[in-house]
Amino acid sequence: MRGWDAGEMMAVAAARQLGDGQVCFVGIGLPSQAANLARATHAPHLVLVYESGTIGAKPSRLPLSIGDGELAETADTVVALPEIFNYWLQPGRIDVGFLGAAQVDRFGNLNSTVIGDYDRPQTRLPGAGGAPEIAASCARVLVVLRHSRRSFVDRLDFITSVGHGRGPGDRAALGLRGGGPALVVTDLGLMEPDPERKELVLTHLHPGTSVDQVREATGWDLAVAADLGTTEAPSPEELAALRDLAR
Amino acid sequence: MAEITTLPEAVARLVHDGDTVAMEGFTHLIPFAAGHELARQGRRHLTLVRMTPDIIYDQLIGLGCADKVVFSWAGNPGVGSLHRFRDAVERGWPHPIEIEEHSHAGMVNRYVAGASGLPFAVLRGYRGTGLMDRSPTVAPITCPFTGEVLTAVAALRPDVTVIHAQQADRQGNVALWGITGIQREAVLAARRSLVTVEEVVPALKPRPGSVLLPGWVVDFVAEAPGGSYPSYTHGYSSRDNRFYEEWDAISRDRERFLAWMEENVLG
Repeated sequence: MRGWDAGEMMAVAAARQLGDGQVCFVGIGLPSQAANLARATHAPHLVLVYESGTIGAKPSRLPLSIGDGELAETADTVVALPEIFNYWLQPGRIDVGFLGAAQVDRFGNLNSTVIGDYDRPQTRLPGAGGAPEIAASCARVLVVLRHSRRSFVDRLDFITSVGHGRGPGDRAALGLRGGGPALVVTDLGLMEPDPERKELVLTHLHPGTSVDQVREATGWDLAVAADLGTTEAPSPEELAALRDLAR
Repeated sequence: MAEITTLPEAVARLVHDGDTVAMEGFTHLIPFAAGHELARQGRRHLTLVRMTPDIIYDQLIGLGCADKVVFSWAGNPGVGSLHRFRDAVERGWPHPIEIEEHSHAGMVNRYVAGASGLPFAVLRGYRGTGLMDRSPTVAPITCPFTGEVLTAVAALRPDVTVIHAQQADRQGNVALWGITGIQREAVLAARRSLVTVEEVVPALKPRPGSVLLPGWVVDFVAEAPGGSYPSYTHGYSSRDNRFYEEWDAISRDRERFLAWMEENVLG
């Protein structure tokens, strides 16, 4: 019995990526968990920006929606929606953006729109929300989703948010000024884009997982780093802080 | 000057079958009472516009009020799917609906263009995404000064915008505060507008950071205390997160959904 579950490992691994004083654009679910965990542990001055317009929100427990009252009450300021997207996100004022998705491909492009054909969907998903512009404009993007052949696909059913496009140079050609996906965090390990080829490479395994397990759950021939590392297991302090947020 | 009247009368006079209706409120101040009044009056063939359709449009879609939905994120926040929306898109129940989707940034700029009296707005967005090919209201545009290729989105001009706010005074001036979302732009972009409020007060108290809509840009004001439930009204009520979770089970099944609407909204 290792004392933590895969979701907690994901949240902890993502939280460790957030530096103190950085500005982070946060969505609901695991991103909100990770950002608030970072704020409760090593990054007390992390600035949380929720797309509802709350800048510098300091919730004491995890909100269910991006517009919960506590976010507005604890924020440094609350701005209207045209401002959050046009003045704060678009010009590149955000250091880190978090995105989840139903599907990711080898270049970190994301689908949160539809599974199957667009006009005859097998599963209609909620759609874009803030994701395309978060993917376009944040200095770095962290992608968080669970690893499976259904989610790690060779070809997306729909491109909702552009990662590294079809490879090197594509972001610049499309006029996307942020850095794009810098890390993909799953329940099995961590992947980073290769600096030259921009294709995702497995760089870390979480404790107790194997390369075979990751490759089995990936729908393309996943590259593995020569110096493959192991993620440090969640510490008792991290777990206590995370569980305290969810109470 | 806005006319202060009852919610049933305002909806009857303002919203017609076939209208394009925007009911806005970004997780906060969602005009549920007005949406329910639309349902009770049996409006049909509506084009429903809203960044985050939420439970309110799930209900109207499930009752067959909508022919088309224009949106940027159609989910139950923090919970999952909007099952009535999905049933309509995936299986055409109760009838097929047309969809037109955008990103949030695109939708806010469409409202800004509408409120500004411009035919379109410009942003950095959409490039390289599948959304570009799916919507007739998005197109590339070249900056006349730098030659850079940007994205244009067409203005939104709803026939009617409906919002909920904290207070209005007797002249129909409206004040809302907290998360103010896209409501100001949505009202200013619309041809007609209705604001439901928690209460009509003798005089509005000036509040830093609040949005004030002068009575002369609003057509009707109607009192609807608790009118944003199960969302919330900052200073008046809290979001009923449990109901958002319960809606998942209520809305999953067609019969259970219809029975719930009959018992809680229509009856």
